[in-house]
Amino acid sequence: MSINQEQRTIRCLVAKVGLDGHDRGAHVISRAFRDAGFEVIYSGLHRAPEEIVQAAVQEDVDILGISILSGAHDTLVPEILDGLKEYDAFDDTLVLVGGIIPDDDEEKLKELGVAEVFGPGASMESMIEFVRENAPERD
Amino acid sequence: MQERSQGDGGEQRTDASGDQAEPEGDDAAVNPLIEELLGGKHRALARVITKIENRQPGYRDLVSQLHQHTGNATVIGVTGSPGSGKSTLVDKMAATYRDRGETVGVIAIDPSSPFTGGAVLGDRIRMGSNVGDMDVFFRSMSARGSLGGLSTATTDAVKALDAFGKDRIIIETVGAGQNEIDIVKTADTVMVLVPPGSGDDVQMLKAGILEIADVFVVNKADLEGANRTVQELREMLDYSDGGVPRTVGHHGPDAGFDGSGGEDHDDEEGWDPTIVETVADRGEGVEELLDVLEQHQAYLDNSGQRDAQRRARYAEEIRTLVREDVNELLVAEIDHQGGIDAFVQRVLDRETDPYAIADDVVGPIEDCVSERRE
Repeated sequence: MSINQEQRTIRCLVAKVGLDGHDRGAHVISRAFRDAGFEVIYSGLHRAPEEIVQAAVQEDVDILGISILSGAHDTLVPEILDGLKEYDAFDDTLVLVGGIIPDDDEEKLKELGVAEVFGPGASMESMIEFVRENAPERD
Repeated sequence: MQERSQGDGGEQRTDASGDQAEPEGDDAAVNPLIEELLGGKHRALARVITKIENRQPGYRDLVSQLHQHTGNATVIGVTGSPGSGKSTLVDKMAATYRDRGETVGVIAIDPSSPFTGGAVLGDRIRMGSNVGDMDVFFRSMSARGSLGGLSTATTDAVKALDAFGKDRIIIETVGAGQNEIDIVKTADTVMVLVPPGSGDDVQMLKAGILEIADVFVVNKADLEGANRTVQELREMLDYSDGGVPRTVGHHGPDAGFDGSGGEDHDDEEGWDPTIVETVADRGEGVEELLDVLEQHQAYLDNSGQRDAQRRARYAEEIRTLVREDVNELLVAEIDHQGGIDAFVQRVLDRETDPYAIADDVVGPIEDCVSERRE
């Protein structure tokens, strides 16, 4: 591998936010993304929205996957999106949400700028394909 | 800030394409991304590091422009076996530096899969003490399976953090293999973490880590076996230089430190590796550790070692870049002459041999160079 050869790798932040201790899904997805050749940064449990923003900005991730099973997505996701905007990171970060999200809420989240919502039963293949196809183009 | 968010994408795009056609633009034209980085914009710093990691077209110009703004940060390398507590300790170190009013950059390197290139970068999980504090800039990097390239990328990323104005930069990596050791060696001060109570540490010390450590940290010092590990380390250091290394316990330093750098023997005899005990998850011993790091920095300044270190580092950097560039040139030349497979076939058929081919490929370049020299 030579020093000037471009090595574009998709970087993802898998984030658990708020008071939600169920991280099996996040672990499984982290691993699937890793095996798909992505670089995965896992946030750990019980993160505050500002922590997620800090991580997404500093790590310059292409994909931010937020896993929420607590039902607090209406509050927490907008806070994260606002934080991304504050640091000019919103436009070129693909935001995904995974978890138990009612249909009405899904619409609302998408209006706010979430690219896709993956509920129970979403297949790994479809998620990885979605990420590959929609990873933001950067100069 | 707001108007940037619209201008950002477009502006960068034009600038990237302008980058490749740089020669006409003179060196005076500062890249807008660099301008933003120097202006303290976190997103610009993050993006510059991404470009460095990806080796995107034009990244070399970026790093070139950063260079003149570097040289102000102190760089600390942290290594140790997996699970020895590096990330936790780095988190506490960063928090303590912040308490002292200094800004911190952290680069944490984790291995990547040799099969898929994928990686799970988990060091961030331990960064609990610096939540929401943007003055701690934490960046995870994966090894991306590149030979030699990783240390170049790390060096360049350190430059970006340095130019951004970080006072302290910590490079954290698993101490398993030459690659990692090379990276850590680029730091001003090298810390090696040794967890208590495993014979494996002796193996690690054998593998050359003993020579690179300026400071040994026996982390998890509250665990059984910590004293023995300290004892073993001390004995091992005794063998290496005949002196008695100083030990700082996590209950307080043996001697009063006043930042003067312990001139009693450091100046004349060089630096004796110091052993520090810490309990990172409770933050015990971290203050003492930072004081010892400070002493090492003072030693570097007073002894002239810092200058020597910098010279050696730049020399190595230049050598690496030249080597890589020449390598690339030759790879292109081989492709031009019909590709490596054609050469291999001729060697297999006993038409020629590898040495002759190397001469054939390099010869014209040699001629070119010697012609220009005259």
